[in-house]
Amino acid sequence: MLNHRFLCRNEDLKEMLESNKESLKLEAMKRIVGLIAKGKNASELFPAVVKNVASKNIELKKLVYVYLVRYAEEQQDLALLSISTFQRALKDPNQLIRASALRVLSSIRVPIIVPIMMLAIKEAATDLSPYVRKTAAHAIQKLYSLDPDQKEHLIEVIEKLLKDKSTLVAGSVVMAFEEVCPDRIDLIHKNYRKLCNLLVDVEEWGQVVIIHMLTRYARTQFVSPWREDAMFDENNEKAFYDSEEERKVEQTKPYIMDPDHRLLLRNTKPLLQSRNTAVVMAVSQLYWHLAPKHELSIITKSLVRLLRSHREVQYVVLQNIATMSIQRKGMFEPFMKSFYVRSTDATHIKTLKLEILTNLANEANISTILREFQTYVKSQDKAFAAATIQAIGRCATNISEVTDTCLNGLVLLLSNRDETVVAESVVVIKKLLQTQPSQHSDIIKHMAKLFDNITVPMARASILWLMGEYCEHVPKIAPDVLRKMAKTFTNEEDIVKLQIVNLAAKLYLTNSKQTKLLTQYILNLGKYDQNYDIRDRTRFIRQLIVPNEKSGALSKYARRILMAPKPAPVLQSAFKDRDRFQLGTLSHTLNSQASGYLELSDWPAVAPDQSVRNVEVVEPKFYSDSEEEEEEEEEGSSSEGSSSSSSEESVSESESEENSDDSNKSSSSQSEKSSSESDSEKKKKTLKNKKLQQQKPDILIITYLPPQIMQKTLLLIIMTKYILIHIVLSISTQFFVNCMCSLLHLCVFLACQFDVVSWHVHVSLQASSPVFVPETSHELLHRMTGKGLSAQYRFTRQPCIYGNSMVSLQLTLSNSSDQALENIHISEKSSTGQNIHRFNAIGERHTTKEDEFSVSIQPAVGELLLPITMSEADFTKEQGNTNTSYWHADETPTNRPIHFSVCISRFAGKTVSSGSLVLVSVALKDPDAVITINTEKTVIGSMLLRQFKTALTNSCP
Amino acid sequence: MIHSLFLINNAGDLFLEKHWKSVISRSVCDYFFEAREKAVEPDNVPPVIRTPHHYLINIYREKIFFVSVIQTEVPPLFVIEFLHRVAETFQDYFGECSESTIKDNVVIVYELLEEMLDNGFPLATESNILKELIRPPTILRSMVNTITGSSNVGETLPTGQLSTIPWRRAGVKYTNNEAYFDVVEEIDAILDKSGTTVFAEIQGVIDACVKLSGMPDLTLSFMNPRLLDDVSFHPCVRYKRWESERVISFVPPDGNFQLMSYHISAQNLVAIPVYVKQNISFFETGSSGRLDITVGPKQTMGKTVEGLVVTVHMPKVVLSANLNATQGTYNYDPVTKILVWDIGKLNPQKLPNLKGSLSLQSGAPKPEENPSLNIDLKIQQLAISGLKVNRLDMYGEKYKPFKGVKYVTKAGKFQVRT
Repeated sequence: MLNHRFLCRNEDLKEMLESNKESLKLEAMKRIVGLIAKGKNASELFPAVVKNVASKNIELKKLVYVYLVRYAEEQQDLALLSISTFQRALKDPNQLIRASALRVLSSIRVPIIVPIMMLAIKEAATDLSPYVRKTAAHAIQKLYSLDPDQKEHLIEVIEKLLKDKSTLVAGSVVMAFEEVCPDRIDLIHKNYRKLCNLLVDVEEWGQVVIIHMLTRYARTQFVSPWREDAMFDENNEKAFYDSEEERKVEQTKPYIMDPDHRLLLRNTKPLLQSRNTAVVMAVSQLYWHLAPKHELSIITKSLVRLLRSHREVQYVVLQNIATMSIQRKGMFEPFMKSFYVRSTDATHIKTLKLEILTNLANEANISTILREFQTYVKSQDKAFAAATIQAIGRCATNISEVTDTCLNGLVLLLSNRDETVVAESVVVIKKLLQTQPSQHSDIIKHMAKLFDNITVPMARASILWLMGEYCEHVPKIAPDVLRKMAKTFTNEEDIVKLQIVNLAAKLYLTNSKQTKLLTQYILNLGKYDQNYDIRDRTRFIRQLIVPNEKSGALSKYARRILMAPKPAPVLQSAFKDRDRFQLGTLSHTLNSQASGYLELSDWPAVAPDQSVRNVEVVEPKFYSDSEEEEEEEEEGSSSEGSSSSSSEESVSESESEENSDDSNKSSSSQSEKSSSESDSEKKKKTLKNKKLQQQKPDILIITYLPPQIMQKTLLLIIMTKYILIHIVLSISTQFFVNCMCSLLHLCVFLACQFDVVSWHVHVSLQASSPVFVPETSHELLHRMTGKGLSAQYRFTRQPCIYGNSMVSLQLTLSNSSDQALENIHISEKSSTGQNIHRFNAIGERHTTKEDEFSVSIQPAVGELLLPITMSEADFTKEQGNTNTSYWHADETPTNRPIHFSVCISRFAGKTVSSGSLVLVSVALKDPDAVITINTEKTVIGSMLLRQFKTALTNSCP
Repeated sequence: MIHSLFLINNAGDLFLEKHWKSVISRSVCDYFFEAREKAVEPDNVPPVIRTPHHYLINIYREKIFFVSVIQTEVPPLFVIEFLHRVAETFQDYFGECSESTIKDNVVIVYELLEEMLDNGFPLATESNILKELIRPPTILRSMVNTITGSSNVGETLPTGQLSTIPWRRAGVKYTNNEAYFDVVEEIDAILDKSGTTVFAEIQGVIDACVKLSGMPDLTLSFMNPRLLDDVSFHPCVRYKRWESERVISFVPPDGNFQLMSYHISAQNLVAIPVYVKQNISFFETGSSGRLDITVGPKQTMGKTVEGLVVTVHMPKVVLSANLNATQGTYNYDPVTKILVWDIGKLNPQKLPNLKGSLSLQSGAPKPEENPSLNIDLKIQQLAISGLKVNRLDMYGEKYKPFKGVKYVTKAGKFQVRT
């Protein structure tokens, strides 16, 4: 009957689907989706539904898709009818339609269409729309689960998609990588740096997947950063992390972190601030598994923050904290109070908090923790109270100072009204007494007195065991207890019976006079017990202790067997062995390996080749970098006028703008930036530098910059900025080069090379190429004096193509008069023995009028130094070589409190003209700085020194 | 990743299922029901349950269990966070996330779930984008839809999804441009019997309602940003600017969203706005007890405390309460054993007091522990931490927006032990 009615309804749905009215069809589909949602079977409608797959109505179409994906597997033949529609849609000009066609096509789990899917994926992977490519990445996983034989082809697609620079694709393709070929770590090498840099801008779900993948990657590619820390590590990690291996290499050389390793740590750090708890957890586990131990503390705060989140989030986070807190108490100790239990917490949350509090307990805080535990013991939630008692027991064994206090507290609990509490106390006391039994015969007596009131079997058994074990300490009471037990033997639980037999045997051996009969009585009772374990035990004990003809040599040793001193049980955390799993994983939460769990490998002893990750990429701009660029850009292009604007121009322009902005702020808010912040500050600046460095190769030289922008970027600001920040922060010589270049404006120019409008730079990526090239130009000729012609010059810091001993100069000429200027050239009468490579005159024809302007290029300092790479040892050697070199040293008071993390900054360079060595080192001795300059060229040396002094003194607010 | 999703109500009825990969029989939920039974309280159900072939990760929200089926290793928080996001989306769409609204809007729910996950991996979770794909139901629209047969599915590609700013839709236009920020702080505290603070911290959030045309780029700065101990941001906030300048720079999503949350930890002094004098005692004989609670203002910074509610979870043996409140009303539910005293506004001149006797189940032993009190309160126009928004600047658009900031302090998990 019911079945019949159901059929009828489906009939009428079928009719609706076959009608001509769109609204009826839609209504029918909505009802069908309702059926699917309820889990009812609607598969017989398949033919009627699949007809509508090509419908124009988008909602109808979507609902048909929902249906199709659900039932295609069951109705494979009919499903094939729809394939051609999708194939057509894959070519649609609208990317949304292409993407959704691919989504549905790949969701239809029909093995026959595997080749079609493969083709569609390959095509979509090269689609122009990143959204379609993202869908392709998802489709890879679907196809792989449908037909694992396609693996090789799919890996090719993954390889292609991994190169994708879109943030939209990154998360999905890494997901596909993790599912299809997680072992093909070689595919990651070339994309490693890109992924690290993209990470902040990837959507949050993708971030989680990428971070987990990069954690595994880093563990195979970098050497352990833990070696050095191991020495002063509180918890003797060394023993845990494969000690033999480490000891061997320990003496070799100091650990230097791979810059790529550092890159990963640096780029993931801001994500600790994500609102997505999964991202925060992912970063935390990354730091836990990859960061040097002393950097771990930054994750603590974020993890504690997650405890504010939903109950389920708390559960997972607390589990992870529990594992961490075993190894590193110090991390969470300051946040101990965050783990205090509230009466409204769920039971599993309470137990986890208790676990963590117990892990955190040490001599200093134990009294606070115990006081807190006292409140918990009284809790209405008895399971939790029992767990608290266990926790107290653990604290008591771990911290010997409080063992007695705890024991006394527990004894008090024995008179508690609640049975579970009493039972748990007995069990814990039993464990504690084992460590020091002789002093506690009072407690054993007390427990014997309580014995009659305790009904929980485990507790009764524990007391009996204690009696037997220490019967010599309580010679009067033990036989009496045995007497009582003989009476109730038959009514006891099995576990208690076993202990009665045990007690009887022990008493028989020590005090056979009083207990011989009792023991025999109990052994007889046991012999006929229903439980075979008890019967076995009784038979065994009888043979062991009662001497007769048959019993062999064993009974002689009965006393030594039964009364052997037993080691005290070790009370340890249930989370002790969880660290074998990667934190934050399902396996860790379950404490057993989940299917598909990927083991985190141990650090390699020797780092694999680092160069595999080298790529030359042009970093695209991302949201997080953009700051206020948009408007700057606008401003730039509007003033620029019409055709000449190109994107490169505005980008690099706004960058210098940004720099100057920053410097303003940093100098004005100097006082605010206390030492505490300098760390993060440093990181940020380093980042910025990196960026500049990376961008340098592809900066096109800007010509025709609008003058007002030029003026804005005052050189001075840039100067102060880089001195302020980079000298302070420079760690490597690279950065020092950076500040040198921006600081020094030495005079003398030897060669100028001009081109007409734009000059294409031949980029060479030498190790010692300049790190920073200022975008500022200096005025050579004002348009008023130049009768319409204005000229600006700028040092490009590129190797000069006309000669090794020449300095490149870029000259920008602009005509602001209303008539054409012709035959612009540099006249022959140049000054004093300098060699200028002249350019050909511009527009050499009918010369009507001639004007000549004498100009001089302003002393532009360090522009004629070339930075060179030199090891620190060489540097010191050269510096010590005072015979040949001119030597300057000076103490400059820098009247501002600088907190330098690095005390000495060094710069090595040579003069372009003669190639003579110039060494500069600035040692900062708060508040003074000692500047040492070694060079043969006295003039350059003294100028450098003067510039440095002014720069350092002026930089003070 | 996420294979299937089952929605189960408090009574154990499975009322919606959705599969993103091949279909998994709903019998897998039997393992869940087993755990549910064992846990007694719905809150005590373990979030992760292992079955022979699958793993069930569930959340409990608004009296609904969201049970997801997982087959392979996945970070559990990933799934939990996503499930909460689903619940929030429902709330956003239908005003509330309850069994009846989900059943009423099952088609939209299904369409949403379809868009949110592809092959078990999250695809679109930003509410701005989802709303472009699938329009939320309104009474007017559903009427128009039934008459004209038009759909509630967006016809265009959500522009946000493709840009680097996935949370904002393009082409936003308002006649009144406005941006409101609510600074909401909650005090989490545990006070002991004598009234001393065992633990206290402040959890704050800044909720924003931004209705601005075009692509505004906002910068929010604080008078005292150093106060903020630990922060987390909506993805739109630029981390680097915060790290370097302590300002919040962002291109906002359209409409309501949570801009940031922050944490001011116990190390700083947290002001406790009220004190509670209480005396709850149970007598050894006569199966009765006495209760006397007085609430008074402590550090309120000169503002009035409103919405004051005291909740007490009584021990199981308390049968009824015969009390007298000088202000507000009280209610004791003998089934759940919860005593709620709704005080309302706190008058510093005349302190509210609740006094009277409790009757216990006769014969039962007196409860050992006194129940702890949970306090709820609200203070308008005050951020208890002293956090102040300095200014809000807008770049990128020419118009002048209307701006406003509101402060509220509430009690979070505010507990007084007795």
